[in-house]
Amino acid sequence: MLALAAESTWPLLALQPPGWGAVLLRGLWNSVLIASGAFGLGFLIGIAGAYGKLYGGPVAKDLLAVYTTVVRAVPELILILILYFAVTDAVNQIMVAMGQEKIEISGVAAGIVVLGVVQGAYMTEVLRGAILAVPVGQIEAGRAMGMSPLRIARRVTLPLMLAFAVPGMANLWLIATKDTALLAVVGFAELTQVTRQAASTTKAFFTFYAAAGVLYLILSIASTLIFSRIEARARRGQRVMGR
Amino acid sequence: MAETRTAPVTAKPVPAASMLSQLLIPRRLVMLGIAAVLVALIVIYGRWGWLAEPKYQTLIVRGITNTLILLVLTMGIGMAMAIPLGLAQAVGPWWLAAPARGFCGLVRGTPLLLQLFLLYYGIGSLFPGIEGIRESWMWPILRDAWYYAIFGLAISVAGYEGEIMRGAFKGVPHGQLEAAKAMGVPRFTLFRRIWLPQALHKVLPTLGGETVLTLKATPLVAMITVVDIYAVASRVRSETLITYEPLLLLALVYVVITAGIVVLFRRFESLFPTRTA
Repeated sequence: MLALAAESTWPLLALQPPGWGAVLLRGLWNSVLIASGAFGLGFLIGIAGAYGKLYGGPVAKDLLAVYTTVVRAVPELILILILYFAVTDAVNQIMVAMGQEKIEISGVAAGIVVLGVVQGAYMTEVLRGAILAVPVGQIEAGRAMGMSPLRIARRVTLPLMLAFAVPGMANLWLIATKDTALLAVVGFAELTQVTRQAASTTKAFFTFYAAAGVLYLILSIASTLIFSRIEARARRGQRVMGR
Repeated sequence: MAETRTAPVTAKPVPAASMLSQLLIPRRLVMLGIAAVLVALIVIYGRWGWLAEPKYQTLIVRGITNTLILLVLTMGIGMAMAIPLGLAQAVGPWWLAAPARGFCGLVRGTPLLLQLFLLYYGIGSLFPGIEGIRESWMWPILRDAWYYAIFGLAISVAGYEGEIMRGAFKGVPHGQLEAAKAMGVPRFTLFRRIWLPQALHKVLPTLGGETVLTLKATPLVAMITVVDIYAVASRVRSETLITYEPLLLLALVYVVITAGIVVLFRRFESLFPTRTA
């Protein structure tokens, strides 16, 4: 029964215009674009946050604790809504204050900023743990050689912590790709939203949702493979247990 | 018996007095003051008039109740499914382990929102095509979004928790199981009395975090027309055209429930004595 109903609607997935395949792929591309941007922004916030939590002043530490706790306690869906309206509002207020016209903020930019702030909170914790796992002697050796803090971060801490951070970061990347689906609530044309449009236009609900599921699955399997490569590379030079 | 009672407990609950003194450091007092001013500004200048309407009050209570019921039911059903899934992956033969691993990969590899859409709109739209189903007793269940929401969330919990239970079952010391076997303990009793309790004890700290994650996933069911607290807030927003206030209340509700879960699991953990070196 299931197969029968789906079979008659498979041609709808064709790439040429009567089919919606190209639309779905463009949605997937948008999802990947936003996930990459948010992951990158999250990484930058995460590095700053992790250093702030480890070496920052007491006030910075407290503020960062509030940031990571609140972001991790409130559902992403609600954070996305609050941040989406707050960010677009703030930008427009600034534009008006500067005597400019109000602007329409691109969905991609808003999506990247909103998801990036969410990712940053989780990334802060991941990177903080990874930095703590770097042997203290390595950092002390850097200091003894007279390296500046920035150089120690660039040449010692960050490369060494990467091996410990990659599993957590791989998880966060998978979360980022799946969280892009939440941007459907603000009407952004990522994969889930275009799938919903295609499904409600053609009434072939099962076919389109199944197809989108397969696309997400391909993305997650490909990501897992790539990250295991990266981890192997980050761990080169580490002693293998039991050898 | 006496030994278990006197054994030191690792999860020491932080005494309320020391938590308070942690907050009374001058810089934290200043930060608390700023936070209090911010909250006061939001309360005074925000538009909260809709909270006084009885219509919305009953809706809010119903929404919170639904969210809590959804959370408890799906965690229960999901964990009941996760135990066999974890066991199959940890020690099962390949023809049980492979499907279990495939199921976990499928659930973890696709967004929950899409899974809910696929279940409710996708599979749900195929049911009316089956002849005679409208007359059968199953029709009211198959038509109701509530059951799709429970099913979808439970499947998701099972997928993530199955992976965690796999590690927990593998982590129980081998000697325990061998000792039981040597004593001639039947296989099911061994599982029920020795293996499962120790595995559950191991995952208890993780389980608290996973429950919070499940709570944070529940608002997605509003997308398939279930009336949880998120759906109530969306309705308030569309009816009153107020942007932020319902969202802030929503965030507060989830933070409070999260705090409740954390406290509950801390109490659970302190119920089980743990030996510390």
